[in-house]
Amino acid sequence: MRKKELKLVVTFHTTTDAMAMEKACKEAGAPGRLIPVPREISAGCGLSWCAGIEDRDTIRKVIESIGVQEQEMHELMV
Amino acid sequence: MGGIMIYMDNAATTMQKPKEVVQAVAAAMESMGNAGRGAHGASLSASRTVYDTRELLCRFFNGTSPRQIVFTANSTESLNIAIKGVLNPGDHVVTTVMEHNSVLRPLYEMEKKGVELTFVKTDERGVMDLADLEAAIRPDTKAIVCTNGSNLTGNYVDVEAVGAVAAKYNVLFIVDASQTAGVFPIDVQKMHIDILCFTGHKSLLGPQGTGGMYVREGLEVRPLLSGGSGVQTYSKTHPKEMPTALEAGTLNGHGIAGLHAAVEYLMAEGIDKIRTREQELMWRFYEGVKDIPNVKVYGDFTTKNRCPIVTLNIGEYDSSEVGDALLMDYDISIRPGAHCAPLMHEALGTVGQGAVRFSFSHYNTEEEVDTAIRAIQELSVDEE
Repeated sequence: MRKKELKLVVTFHTTTDAMAMEKACKEAGAPGRLIPVPREISAGCGLSWCAGIEDRDTIRKVIESIGVQEQEMHELMV
Repeated sequence: MGGIMIYMDNAATTMQKPKEVVQAVAAAMESMGNAGRGAHGASLSASRTVYDTRELLCRFFNGTSPRQIVFTANSTESLNIAIKGVLNPGDHVVTTVMEHNSVLRPLYEMEKKGVELTFVKTDERGVMDLADLEAAIRPDTKAIVCTNGSNLTGNYVDVEAVGAVAAKYNVLFIVDASQTAGVFPIDVQKMHIDILCFTGHKSLLGPQGTGGMYVREGLEVRPLLSGGSGVQTYSKTHPKEMPTALEAGTLNGHGIAGLHAAVEYLMAEGIDKIRTREQELMWRFYEGVKDIPNVKVYGDFTTKNRCPIVTLNIGEYDSSEVGDALLMDYDISIRPGAHCAPLMHEALGTVGQGAVRFSFSHYNTEEEVDTAIRAIQELSVDEE
Protein backbone atom coordinates (compact mmCIF):
# COMPACT_ATOMS: atom_id res chain seq x y z
CA MET A 1 0.00 0.00 0.00
CA ARG A 2 0.94 3.68 -0.45
CA LYS A 3 2.77 5.67 2.17
CA LYS A 4 0.53 7.79 4.39
CA GLU A 5 0.74 11.57 4.78
CA LEU A 6 -0.68 13.88 7.41
CA LYS A 7 -3.81 15.49 5.93
CA LEU A 8 -6.77 17.59 6.85
CA VAL A 9 -10.00 15.55 6.71
CA VAL A 10 -13.43 17.17 7.05
CA THR A 11 -16.45 14.94 7.70
CA PHE A 12 -20.12 15.70 7.09
CA HIS A 13 -23.51 14.56 8.34
CA THR A 14 -24.97 13.93 4.88
CA THR A 15 -23.88 13.29 1.31
CA THR A 16 -25.71 16.51 0.38
CA ASP A 17 -23.32 18.52 2.57
CA ALA A 18 -20.30 16.74 1.10
CA MET A 19 -21.45 17.57 -2.43
CA ALA A 20 -22.10 21.20 -1.45
CA MET A 21 -18.55 21.31 -0.08
CA GLU A 22 -17.02 19.96 -3.29
CA LYS A 23 -18.94 22.44 -5.43
CA ALA A 24 -18.03 25.39 -3.19
CA CYS A 25 -14.34 24.44 -3.08
CA LYS A 26 -14.23 24.15 -6.88
CA GLU A 27 -15.88 27.55 -7.26
CA ALA A 28 -13.54 29.13 -4.72
CA GLY A 29 -10.49 27.44 -6.21
CA ALA A 30 -9.83 25.81 -2.84
CA PRO A 31 -7.68 22.68 -2.82
CA GLY A 32 -8.62 19.11 -1.94
CA ARG A 33 -10.81 16.24 -3.07
CA LEU A 34 -13.51 13.90 -1.82
CA ILE A 35 -12.24 10.63 -0.30
CA PRO A 36 -13.95 7.79 1.59
CA VAL A 37 -13.99 8.51 5.34
CA PRO A 38 -10.95 6.84 6.97
CA ARG A 39 -11.94 4.28 9.58
CA GLU A 40 -10.06 6.03 12.41
CA ILE A 41 -12.93 8.48 12.42
CA SER A 42 -16.61 7.87 11.96
CA ALA A 43 -19.16 10.07 10.29
CA GLY A 44 -22.75 10.19 9.17
CA CYS A 45 -21.68 10.36 5.55
CA GLY A 46 -19.14 8.09 3.82
CA LEU A 47 -17.45 10.93 1.96
CA SER A 48 -15.00 13.38 3.47
CA TRP A 49 -13.06 16.36 2.13
CA CYS A 50 -9.32 15.79 2.16
CA ALA A 51 -6.86 18.69 1.80
CA GLY A 52 -3.40 19.66 2.95
CA ILE A 53 -2.82 20.65 6.58
CA GLU A 54 -1.65 24.05 5.34
CA ASP A 55 -5.03 24.64 3.67
CA ARG A 56 -6.96 24.69 6.95
CA ASP A 57 -7.79 28.43 6.84
CA THR A 58 -8.88 28.34 3.20
CA ILE A 59 -11.09 25.31 3.83
CA ARG A 60 -12.54 26.90 6.96
CA LYS A 61 -13.49 29.99 4.94
CA VAL A 62 -15.25 27.92 2.27
CA ILE A 63 -17.20 26.02 4.92
CA GLU A 64 -18.29 29.27 6.53
CA SER A 65 -19.21 30.85 3.20
CA ILE A 66 -21.69 28.12 2.29
CA GLY A 67 -23.05 27.48 5.74
CA VAL A 68 -22.38 23.74 5.58
CA GLN A 69 -22.36 22.19 9.02
CA GLU A 70 -19.17 20.18 8.98
CA GLN A 71 -19.33 17.27 11.36
CA GLU A 72 -15.70 17.46 12.39
CA MET A 73 -12.30 18.58 11.14
CA HIS A 74 -9.45 16.14 11.71
CA GLU A 75 -5.74 15.98 11.12
CA LEU A 76 -4.70 12.43 10.41
CA MET A 77 -2.51 10.16 8.34
CA VAL A 78 -4.21 9.10 5.13
CA MET B 1 -4.61 7.83 -13.73
CA GLY B 2 -5.37 8.23 -17.38
CA GLY B 3 -6.84 5.52 -19.57
CA ILE B 4 -10.38 4.34 -19.30
CA MET B 5 -12.12 3.89 -15.97
CA ILE B 6 -12.71 0.27 -15.00
CA TYR B 7 -16.14 -0.06 -13.42
CA MET B 8 -16.52 -2.96 -11.00
CA ASP B 9 -19.32 -1.69 -8.78
CA ASN B 10 -22.18 -3.40 -10.58
CA ALA B 11 -23.77 -4.65 -7.35
CA ALA B 12 -24.41 -0.98 -6.50
CA THR B 13 -25.77 -0.22 -9.95
CA THR B 14 -24.93 -1.45 -13.43
CA MET B 15 -23.43 1.59 -15.08
CA GLN B 16 -23.32 0.32 -18.63
CA LYS B 17 -26.82 -0.35 -19.95
CA PRO B 18 -27.81 -1.90 -23.28
CA LYS B 19 -28.16 0.88 -25.88
CA GLU B 20 -31.78 -0.21 -26.39
CA VAL B 21 -32.52 0.92 -22.81
CA VAL B 22 -31.08 4.38 -23.35
CA GLN B 23 -32.97 4.75 -26.63
CA ALA B 24 -36.25 3.60 -25.08
CA VAL B 25 -36.02 6.19 -22.28
CA ALA B 26 -35.19 8.97 -24.74
CA ALA B 27 -38.04 7.93 -27.06
CA ALA B 28 -40.49 7.81 -24.15
CA MET B 29 -39.49 11.30 -23.08
CA GLU B 30 -40.49 12.58 -26.49
CA SER B 31 -43.81 10.80 -26.76
CA MET B 32 -45.23 9.67 -23.45
CA GLY B 33 -48.18 11.14 -21.54
CA ASN B 34 -49.39 10.07 -18.12
CA ALA B 35 -50.40 6.42 -17.91
CA GLY B 36 -54.02 5.88 -16.91
CA ARG B 37 -54.85 9.58 -17.02
CA GLY B 38 -56.62 9.89 -20.36
CA ALA B 39 -57.68 8.32 -23.61
CA HIS B 40 -55.58 10.51 -25.87
CA GLY B 41 -52.69 9.03 -27.78
CA ALA B 42 -49.93 10.23 -25.47
CA SER B 43 -51.58 8.86 -22.34
CA LEU B 44 -52.48 5.60 -24.02
CA SER B 45 -48.92 5.23 -25.25
CA ALA B 46 -47.75 5.40 -21.63
CA SER B 47 -50.50 3.05 -20.45
CA ARG B 48 -49.57 0.52 -23.11
CA THR B 49 -45.88 0.65 -22.25
CA VAL B 50 -46.59 0.25 -18.53
CA TYR B 51 -48.99 -2.63 -19.18
CA ASP B 52 -46.61 -4.37 -21.59
CA THR B 53 -43.87 -4.12 -18.96
CA ARG B 54 -46.17 -5.67 -16.35
CA GLU B 55 -46.83 -8.55 -18.71
CA LEU B 56 -43.17 -8.93 -19.50
CA LEU B 57 -42.09 -8.96 -15.84
CA CYS B 58 -44.92 -11.31 -14.92
CA ARG B 59 -43.65 -13.74 -17.54
CA PHE B 60 -40.04 -13.16 -16.49
CA PHE B 61 -40.80 -14.15 -12.87
CA ASN B 62 -43.49 -16.69 -13.85
CA GLY B 63 -46.27 -14.86 -12.01
CA THR B 64 -49.93 -15.71 -12.49
CA SER B 65 -51.22 -12.27 -13.51
CA PRO B 66 -49.69 -8.98 -14.72
CA ARG B 67 -52.07 -7.22 -12.27
CA GLN B 68 -49.86 -8.52 -9.48
CA ILE B 69 -46.78 -6.64 -10.76
CA VAL B 70 -46.50 -3.31 -8.90
CA PHE B 71 -44.09 -0.58 -9.97
CA THR B 72 -42.04 1.23 -7.32
CA ALA B 73 -38.90 3.36 -7.32
CA ASN B 74 -36.57 0.61 -6.08
CA SER B 75 -36.23 -2.46 -3.84
CA THR B 76 -36.26 -0.31 -0.73
CA GLU B 77 -39.72 1.00 -1.54
CA SER B 78 -40.95 -2.48 -2.43
CA LEU B 79 -39.59 -3.94 0.81
CA ASN B 80 -41.14 -1.15 2.88
CA ILE B 81 -44.53 -1.75 1.26
CA ALA B 82 -44.21 -5.52 1.78
CA ILE B 83 -42.94 -5.48 5.37
CA LYS B 84 -45.18 -2.69 6.66
CA GLY B 85 -48.12 -3.88 4.59
CA VAL B 86 -48.48 -7.44 5.87
CA LEU B 87 -47.08 -7.44 9.42
CA ASN B 88 -49.11 -6.60 12.51
CA PRO B 89 -48.23 -6.19 16.20
CA GLY B 90 -47.89 -9.62 17.78
CA ASP B 91 -46.55 -11.26 14.59
CA HIS B 92 -43.23 -13.10 14.60
CA VAL B 93 -40.81 -12.83 11.67
CA VAL B 94 -37.85 -15.00 10.74
CA THR B 95 -35.10 -13.19 8.87
CA THR B 96 -31.32 -13.53 8.48
CA VAL B 97 -28.11 -11.68 9.34
CA MET B 98 -27.40 -11.42 5.61
CA GLU B 99 -30.06 -8.78 5.13
CA HIS B 100 -29.50 -5.27 3.81
CA ASN B 101 -30.71 -2.21 5.73
CA SER B 102 -33.62 -1.97 3.29
CA VAL B 103 -34.95 -5.09 5.02
CA LEU B 104 -33.55 -4.48 8.51
CA ARG B 105 -34.69 -0.91 9.08
CA PRO B 106 -38.35 -1.50 8.12
CA LEU B 107 -38.26 -4.62 10.31
CA TYR B 108 -36.79 -2.67 13.25
CA GLU B 109 -39.59 -0.12 12.82
CA MET B 110 -42.15 -2.92 12.98
CA GLU B 111 -40.34 -4.36 16.03
CA LYS B 112 -41.09 -1.09 17.84
CA LYS B 113 -44.75 -1.62 17.01
CA GLY B 114 -44.77 -5.07 18.57
CA VAL B 115 -43.46 -7.42 15.87
CA GLU B 116 -40.95 -10.00 17.15
CA LEU B 117 -37.84 -10.75 15.08
CA THR B 118 -35.58 -13.81 14.96
CA PHE B 119 -32.31 -13.55 13.03
CA VAL B 120 -30.90 -16.74 11.52
CA LYS B 121 -27.10 -16.65 11.80
CA THR B 122 -24.47 -17.74 9.29
CA ASP B 123 -21.06 -19.36 9.57
CA GLU B 124 -17.84 -17.39 9.07
CA ARG B 125 -18.21 -17.71 5.29
CA GLY B 126 -21.63 -16.09 5.50
CA VAL B 127 -23.57 -19.30 4.79
CA MET B 128 -26.89 -19.97 6.52
CA ASP B 129 -27.94 -23.48 7.56
CA LEU B 130 -31.48 -24.10 6.34
CA ALA B 131 -32.13 -26.26 9.42
CA ASP B 132 -31.51 -23.17 11.61
CA LEU B 133 -34.07 -21.25 9.61
CA GLU B 134 -36.63 -24.02 9.95
CA ALA B 135 -35.93 -24.31 13.70
CA ALA B 136 -36.63 -20.57 14.12
CA ILE B 137 -40.23 -20.93 12.93
CA ARG B 138 -42.87 -20.74 15.68
CA PRO B 139 -46.65 -21.13 15.72
CA ASP B 140 -47.01 -17.32 15.66
CA THR B 141 -44.56 -16.82 12.77
CA LYS B 142 -46.21 -14.71 10.09
CA ALA B 143 -43.42 -14.42 7.55
CA ILE B 144 -39.91 -15.28 6.44
CA VAL B 145 -38.07 -12.27 4.99
CA CYS B 146 -34.92 -13.31 3.20
CA THR B 147 -32.46 -12.11 0.60
CA ASN B 148 -31.83 -14.12 -2.56
CA GLY B 149 -28.16 -13.13 -2.56
CA SER B 150 -25.91 -11.28 -0.12
CA ASN B 151 -24.82 -7.88 -1.40
CA LEU B 152 -21.71 -8.15 0.76
CA THR B 153 -20.38 -11.68 0.13
CA GLY B 154 -22.18 -12.54 -3.10
CA ASN B 155 -23.39 -15.79 -1.52
CA TYR B 156 -26.49 -17.06 -3.29
CA VAL B 157 -29.40 -18.14 -1.10
CA ASP B 158 -31.42 -21.08 -2.35
CA VAL B 159 -34.83 -19.41 -2.15
CA GLU B 160 -36.52 -22.47 -3.57
CA ALA B 161 -35.44 -24.40 -0.46
CA VAL B 162 -36.43 -21.52 1.84
CA GLY B 163 -39.75 -21.26 0.01
CA ALA B 164 -40.38 -24.96 0.61
CA VAL B 165 -39.95 -24.34 4.35
CA ALA B 166 -42.32 -21.35 4.17
CA ALA B 167 -44.91 -23.48 2.36
CA LYS B 168 -44.49 -26.37 4.83
CA TYR B 169 -45.33 -24.11 7.79
CA ASN B 170 -47.78 -21.95 5.85
CA VAL B 171 -45.97 -18.67 6.51
CA LEU B 172 -45.59 -15.77 4.08
CA PHE B 173 -42.35 -15.64 2.11
CA ILE B 174 -40.96 -12.18 1.22
CA VAL B 175 -37.83 -12.19 -0.96
CA ASP B 176 -35.33 -9.39 -1.52
CA ALA B 177 -34.08 -10.05 -5.05
CA SER B 178 -32.01 -6.87 -5.36
CA GLN B 179 -28.83 -8.75 -6.27
CA THR B 180 -30.40 -11.52 -8.32
CA ALA B 181 -33.36 -10.31 -10.39
CA GLY B 182 -32.26 -10.24 -14.00
CA VAL B 183 -29.35 -12.63 -13.66
CA PHE B 184 -30.67 -15.63 -11.69
CA PRO B 185 -33.85 -17.44 -12.70
CA ILE B 186 -36.74 -16.56 -10.38
CA ASP B 187 -39.99 -18.50 -10.50
CA VAL B 188 -42.36 -17.10 -7.88
CA GLN B 189 -44.70 -20.09 -8.11
CA LYS B 190 -42.09 -22.83 -7.94
CA MET B 191 -40.24 -20.97 -5.16
CA HIS B 192 -43.43 -20.31 -3.13
CA ILE B 193 -42.68 -16.58 -3.08
CA ASP B 194 -45.58 -14.47 -1.79
CA ILE B 195 -43.90 -11.10 -2.36
CA LEU B 196 -40.88 -10.63 -4.60
CA CYS B 197 -39.10 -7.27 -4.26
CA PHE B 198 -36.75 -6.16 -7.03
CA THR B 199 -34.96 -3.10 -8.32
CA GLY B 200 -34.64 -2.15 -11.97
CA HIS B 201 -31.18 -0.59 -12.03
CA LYS B 202 -28.89 -3.48 -11.08
CA SER B 203 -28.90 -6.84 -12.89
CA LEU B 204 -32.16 -5.99 -14.64
CA LEU B 205 -30.08 -3.33 -16.48
CA GLY B 206 -32.83 -0.70 -16.36
CA PRO B 207 -32.79 2.95 -15.26
CA GLN B 208 -32.42 4.06 -11.64
CA GLY B 209 -35.78 4.96 -10.14
CA THR B 210 -37.41 1.81 -11.49
CA GLY B 211 -38.26 -1.23 -9.44
CA GLY B 212 -41.20 -3.24 -8.35
CA MET B 213 -42.76 -6.15 -6.60
CA TYR B 214 -44.76 -9.22 -7.41
CA VAL B 215 -47.59 -9.90 -4.95
CA ARG B 216 -49.22 -13.33 -4.93
CA GLU B 217 -52.85 -13.21 -6.04
CA GLY B 218 -55.21 -13.09 -3.10
CA LEU B 219 -52.65 -11.63 -0.67
CA GLU B 220 -53.80 -8.24 0.58
CA VAL B 221 -51.06 -5.70 1.29
CA ARG B 222 -51.81 -2.44 3.15
CA PRO B 223 -50.64 0.44 0.96
CA LEU B 224 -48.03 2.91 2.25
CA LEU B 225 -49.45 5.73 0.13
CA SER B 226 -52.82 6.84 -1.11
CA GLY B 227 -53.68 9.49 -3.68
CA GLY B 228 -54.21 9.90 -7.37
CA SER B 229 -54.98 6.75 -9.31
CA GLY B 230 -56.77 7.92 -12.43
CA VAL B 231 -59.80 5.85 -11.42
CA GLN B 232 -62.63 6.08 -8.85
CA THR B 233 -62.13 9.85 -8.50
CA TYR B 234 -65.16 10.39 -6.22
CA SER B 235 -64.25 7.67 -3.74
CA LYS B 236 -62.75 8.93 -0.47
CA THR B 237 -60.50 5.90 -0.28
CA HIS B 238 -57.73 4.69 -2.54
CA PRO B 239 -58.85 1.83 -4.84
CA LYS B 240 -58.29 -1.68 -3.46
CA GLU B 241 -57.79 -3.31 -6.85
CA MET B 242 -54.30 -4.46 -7.80
CA PRO B 243 -51.98 -3.06 -8.93
CA THR B 244 -53.56 0.39 -8.41
CA ALA B 245 -53.88 -0.33 -4.68
CA LEU B 246 -50.10 -0.07 -4.28
CA GLU B 247 -49.39 2.53 -6.98
CA ALA B 248 -50.66 5.95 -5.84
CA GLY B 249 -49.41 8.83 -7.97
CA THR B 250 -47.88 9.07 -11.44
CA LEU B 251 -45.59 6.19 -12.30
CA ASN B 252 -42.07 6.60 -13.68
CA GLY B 253 -43.29 5.91 -17.19
CA HIS B 254 -40.07 7.02 -18.87
CA GLY B 255 -38.05 4.73 -16.63
CA ILE B 256 -40.48 1.85 -17.07
CA ALA B 257 -40.07 2.18 -20.85
CA GLY B 258 -36.34 1.68 -20.27
CA LEU B 259 -37.00 -1.27 -17.96
CA HIS B 260 -39.15 -2.82 -20.67
CA ALA B 261 -36.29 -2.58 -23.15
CA ALA B 262 -33.92 -3.99 -20.52
CA VAL B 263 -36.04 -7.08 -19.83
CA GLU B 264 -36.46 -7.64 -23.57
CA TYR B 265 -32.69 -7.46 -23.93
CA LEU B 266 -32.19 -9.96 -21.08
CA MET B 267 -34.72 -12.37 -22.59
CA ALA B 268 -33.16 -12.10 -26.05
CA GLU B 269 -29.59 -12.55 -24.79
CA GLY B 270 -30.58 -15.20 -22.26
CA ILE B 271 -29.97 -14.71 -18.55
CA ASP B 272 -28.12 -18.03 -18.29
CA LYS B 273 -25.60 -16.81 -20.83
CA ILE B 274 -25.17 -13.46 -19.06
CA ARG B 275 -24.85 -15.09 -15.63
CA THR B 276 -22.31 -17.62 -16.90
CA ARG B 277 -20.24 -14.79 -18.38
CA GLU B 278 -20.34 -12.76 -15.16
CA GLN B 279 -19.41 -15.81 -13.10
CA GLU B 280 -16.48 -16.56 -15.42
CA LEU B 281 -15.10 -13.08 -14.79
CA MET B 282 -15.73 -13.43 -11.04
CA TRP B 283 -13.87 -16.77 -10.88
CA ARG B 284 -10.98 -15.39 -12.92
CA PHE B 285 -10.63 -12.55 -10.43
CA TYR B 286 -11.05 -14.87 -7.42
CA GLU B 287 -8.40 -17.28 -8.70
CA GLY B 288 -6.07 -14.35 -9.28
CA VAL B 289 -6.35 -12.84 -5.80
CA LYS B 290 -7.15 -15.70 -3.41
CA ASP B 291 -3.55 -16.78 -2.83
CA ILE B 292 -1.94 -13.33 -2.63
CA PRO B 293 -0.25 -13.08 0.79
CA ASN B 294 -2.03 -10.56 3.01
CA VAL B 295 -5.30 -10.78 1.04
CA LYS B 296 -8.41 -12.18 2.69
CA VAL B 297 -11.42 -13.06 0.55
CA TYR B 298 -14.86 -13.33 2.21
CA GLY B 299 -17.80 -15.52 1.23
CA ASP B 300 -18.46 -19.07 0.09
CA PHE B 301 -16.44 -20.13 -2.95
CA THR B 302 -17.05 -23.86 -2.48
CA THR B 303 -20.11 -23.59 -4.71
CA LYS B 304 -20.27 -22.51 -8.34
CA ASN B 305 -23.62 -20.82 -7.86
CA ARG B 306 -22.67 -17.34 -6.67
CA CYS B 307 -23.56 -13.76 -7.42
CA PRO B 308 -20.71 -12.16 -9.42
CA ILE B 309 -19.16 -10.52 -6.36
CA VAL B 310 -15.71 -10.91 -4.75
CA THR B 311 -15.18 -9.08 -1.46
CA LEU B 312 -11.78 -8.85 0.17
CA ASN B 313 -9.45 -6.96 2.45
CA ILE B 314 -5.71 -6.36 2.37
CA GLY B 315 -4.08 -7.01 5.74
CA GLU B 316 -5.44 -4.64 8.33
CA TYR B 317 -5.76 -1.76 5.88
CA ASP B 318 -8.92 0.27 6.01
CA SER B 319 -11.05 -0.84 3.04
CA SER B 320 -11.66 2.83 2.19
CA GLU B 321 -7.94 3.37 1.87
CA VAL B 322 -7.65 0.43 -0.51
CA GLY B 323 -10.64 1.75 -2.46
CA ASP B 324 -9.05 5.16 -2.78
CA ALA B 325 -5.75 3.66 -3.95
CA LEU B 326 -7.57 1.54 -6.57
CA LEU B 327 -9.30 4.68 -7.83
CA MET B 328 -6.34 7.07 -7.78
CA ASP B 329 -3.61 4.71 -8.99
CA TYR B 330 -5.54 2.32 -11.27
CA ASP B 331 -8.79 4.11 -12.11
CA ILE B 332 -10.77 1.11 -10.82
CA SER B 333 -14.19 1.91 -9.32
CA ILE B 334 -15.30 -0.49 -6.60
CA ARG B 335 -17.14 -0.12 -3.32
CA PRO B 336 -15.24 -0.05 -0.02
CA GLY B 337 -16.49 0.58 3.51
CA ALA B 338 -19.67 -0.68 5.11
CA HIS B 339 -22.21 -2.10 2.70
CA CYS B 340 -25.55 -1.39 4.43
CA ALA B 341 -25.53 -4.94 5.80
CA PRO B 342 -24.47 -4.37 9.43
CA LEU B 343 -25.19 -7.87 10.76
CA MET B 344 -23.29 -9.52 7.91
CA HIS B 345 -20.27 -7.32 8.66
CA GLU B 346 -20.53 -8.46 12.29
CA ALA B 347 -20.61 -12.11 11.21
CA LEU B 348 -17.54 -11.64 8.99
CA GLY B 349 -15.70 -9.54 11.56
CA THR B 350 -15.37 -6.54 9.23
CA VAL B 351 -17.27 -3.88 11.19
CA GLY B 352 -14.22 -1.65 11.69
CA GLN B 353 -12.31 -2.40 8.52
CA GLY B 354 -15.21 -2.55 6.09
CA ALA B 355 -14.61 -4.56 2.94
CA VAL B 356 -13.50 -4.00 -0.64
CA ARG B 357 -16.20 -5.28 -2.99
CA PHE B 358 -15.60 -6.05 -6.66
CA SER B 359 -18.82 -6.78 -8.56
CA PHE B 360 -18.86 -7.74 -12.20
CA SER B 361 -21.04 -7.15 -15.24
CA HIS B 362 -21.06 -9.16 -18.46
CA TYR B 363 -19.73 -5.97 -20.05
CA ASN B 364 -16.46 -6.28 -18.09
CA THR B 365 -13.51 -7.89 -19.90
CA GLU B 366 -10.71 -10.33 -19.05
CA GLU B 367 -8.23 -7.47 -19.50
CA GLU B 368 -10.05 -5.39 -16.89
CA VAL B 369 -10.12 -8.31 -14.48
CA ASP B 370 -6.40 -8.89 -14.98
CA THR B 371 -5.68 -5.20 -14.32
CA ALA B 372 -7.66 -5.47 -11.08
CA ILE B 373 -5.72 -8.60 -10.06
CA ARG B 374 -2.44 -6.80 -10.72
CA ALA B 375 -3.64 -3.82 -8.69
CA ILE B 376 -4.41 -6.03 -5.69
CA GLN B 377 -1.03 -7.77 -6.06
CA GLU B 378 0.77 -4.43 -6.06
CA LEU B 379 -1.28 -2.88 -3.25
CA SER B 380 -0.78 -5.95 -1.06
CA VAL B 381 2.91 -5.01 -0.85
CA ASP B 382 3.78 -1.98 1.32
CA GLU B 383 5.73 0.87 -0.27
CA GLU B 384 9.23 1.28 1.10
